[in-house]
Amino acid sequence: MSFLLLIEQILNGLQFGVMLFLTAAGLTLVFGVMGLINLAHGSLFMIGAFAAAATAAATGSFVLGLAASLAAAAAAGALVEMLVIRRLYNRDHLDQVLATFALILIFSEGTRWLFGSFPLYLNIPLALSGPVTLPGGIEYPLYRLTIIAVGLLIALGLFLLISRTRLGVQIRAGESDREMIAALGIDINRLYTVVFALGAGLAGLAGALVGAIQSVQVGMGEPVLILAFVVIVIGGIGSIKGALIGSVLVGLTDTLGGVLLPETFKLFMDPASATAVGSALASMLIYILMAVVLIVRPTGLYGARA
Amino acid sequence: MMKTKSLLLAATAAAMTAGMALAEPVKVGMITTLSGGGAGLGIDVRDGFMLAVKQAGNPDIEVVIEDDQRKPDIAVQLADRMIQSDDVDILTGIIWSNLAMAVVPSATAQGKFYLSPNAGPSALAGKGCHPNYFNVAWQNDNLHEAAGAYANSAGLKNSFILAPNYPAGQDALAGYKRMYEGELAGEIYTKLGQTDYAAEIAQIRASDADSVFFFLPGGMGISFLKQYADSGVDLPVVGPAFSFDQGILQAVGAAALGVKNTSQWNKDIDNAANKAFVESFEAEYGRLPSLYASQGFDTANLILSAMAKADVKDQDAFREALRAAEFDSVRGEFKFGPNHHPIQDIYVREVVQEGDVFTNKILGVALEDHADAYAGECKM
Repeated sequence: MSFLLLIEQILNGLQFGVMLFLTAAGLTLVFGVMGLINLAHGSLFMIGAFAAAATAAATGSFVLGLAASLAAAAAAGALVEMLVIRRLYNRDHLDQVLATFALILIFSEGTRWLFGSFPLYLNIPLALSGPVTLPGGIEYPLYRLTIIAVGLLIALGLFLLISRTRLGVQIRAGESDREMIAALGIDINRLYTVVFALGAGLAGLAGALVGAIQSVQVGMGEPVLILAFVVIVIGGIGSIKGALIGSVLVGLTDTLGGVLLPETFKLFMDPASATAVGSALASMLIYILMAVVLIVRPTGLYGARA
Repeated sequence: MMKTKSLLLAATAAAMTAGMALAEPVKVGMITTLSGGGAGLGIDVRDGFMLAVKQAGNPDIEVVIEDDQRKPDIAVQLADRMIQSDDVDILTGIIWSNLAMAVVPSATAQGKFYLSPNAGPSALAGKGCHPNYFNVAWQNDNLHEAAGAYANSAGLKNSFILAPNYPAGQDALAGYKRMYEGELAGEIYTKLGQTDYAAEIAQIRASDADSVFFFLPGGMGISFLKQYADSGVDLPVVGPAFSFDQGILQAVGAAALGVKNTSQWNKDIDNAANKAFVESFEAEYGRLPSLYASQGFDTANLILSAMAKADVKDQDAFREALRAAEFDSVRGEFKFGPNHHPIQDIYVREVVQEGDVFTNKILGVALEDHADAYAGECKM
């Protein structure tokens, strides 16, 4: 394999990682601050993609579609938090899993009822379509570079929000001691709604960005949800920095594993079985990575709580 | 008393005017996917099937429809209930090969007919064939074999091939390689349900391939095509119809234009039955039919043709009537091989734009009167 191809694959891994980060960031915030396992996070991702596709189809503007995805997912998140999630904070995790699983079914069938059973059309805006040539002669899709940039900007924004703003202080306080911050006169209900809506909005934005190069269909959020859980377990629950490092690790492992393992097996096996064995092993790699991280650091790379 | 008598009279009159010699009603149990990610396919099969039933206006056919949610365990439960409590005569409807493998062998063993409107796993075409199992669509490998044959005739000599790593994906690559005579520039198994193909597209770019063959059904194909179109790689793409059906094309948009794909059906096949089908489907449901809808439509018409000739309770006679396949298939010529799988023409289509709608048009025949590779292993 040539050096250039390897660089291109590393870019692909990075880009996949950044896409994962957008989903995982919201999930880890909600899990860290509220101690809530939200299986319906993938549904919010789907709502974002559908809102973007519908808006882009009606107005012809991708940017308006992105804005709609953010607004629709955040609104859905706030609504769900006030109607359902609020009643679950004092229950154990099994109740939360059951209730949020029910939400997945409601959102999926609700979306089908509104938009029908066939995938929707959402495409990259013309200005961002096609490949650009990077130094060294690598041709790389401009849209994927944009996703990397947007993701890193959002990571920076979240980092500043958590470390430099009043809301960030409250979120961090909520993570370490929720009774105490309630006692200090902070409206904990409002804080929770805001955090949940923020996480939902991020998931929705990720859904819209990803939807442009994938299929906008019912159930698109669930595969992403599983990976996002892997990411936050690796990164450490509640840590934005952990989510970023974990996402990039998972993205790189998944992409490079899928490319390099079959190549390695081809050195001592015939091509057909090398492909079969290599791809089978590659699909386990991120879970092996997760197991190794958990053995070495049971709370994840940047997890604070035991 | 008076009322019952007149009702009876009316019923008899209706039966006579409908020309029904055999009054024994037939109960059909349809298990198909109506919710979740793959629902578009099941809905098309159901709508095509019910359109044919409606057009026939035959009061002796009753259809029970249930949603399997694309889950084998639910499909098995539904089949058990339909066989044991609903007492159906014929089962049909299953889309996915893994669900078909869970349901079909036990249903046929319990003396029911199973008519597949879609899934055609090789196990049921070869050693596992059964006198009561008919496949009205295709054996799984067929469309891929046609793609391989088309690649030869188009002069493609170095294909890069990819499919998901699961049984139907392995069948797909095997089917393509069975007919294709050129070299392979690369062979990749992707993950089932994978949505990002950047790594695979980079490998295609780096290889010296002259074409790409892929089997990625449903959402996977949409993702691949959009990303491939945006990558700047412009090698010709060949695939089976599953990534280019009417339900998917609108979501892919211009990225699919010009792609060659293989199918046993298209809306422009020139025969009266097909013209009537396309027109009436569009009038009834407000959308163009897909190949899945055509398969559902043919399945129902096959059942109706057998009902006109034999009583379903007389299994041997009914089986013969099914095997004769004397109905006007929307595919034109249609007959069953010795293993009850179709022998049919498979076409090459090209994705085109008609007004605002993306659809397919036929370029030519890829394989004429094509039978599957497993018929020889079937002993019945």
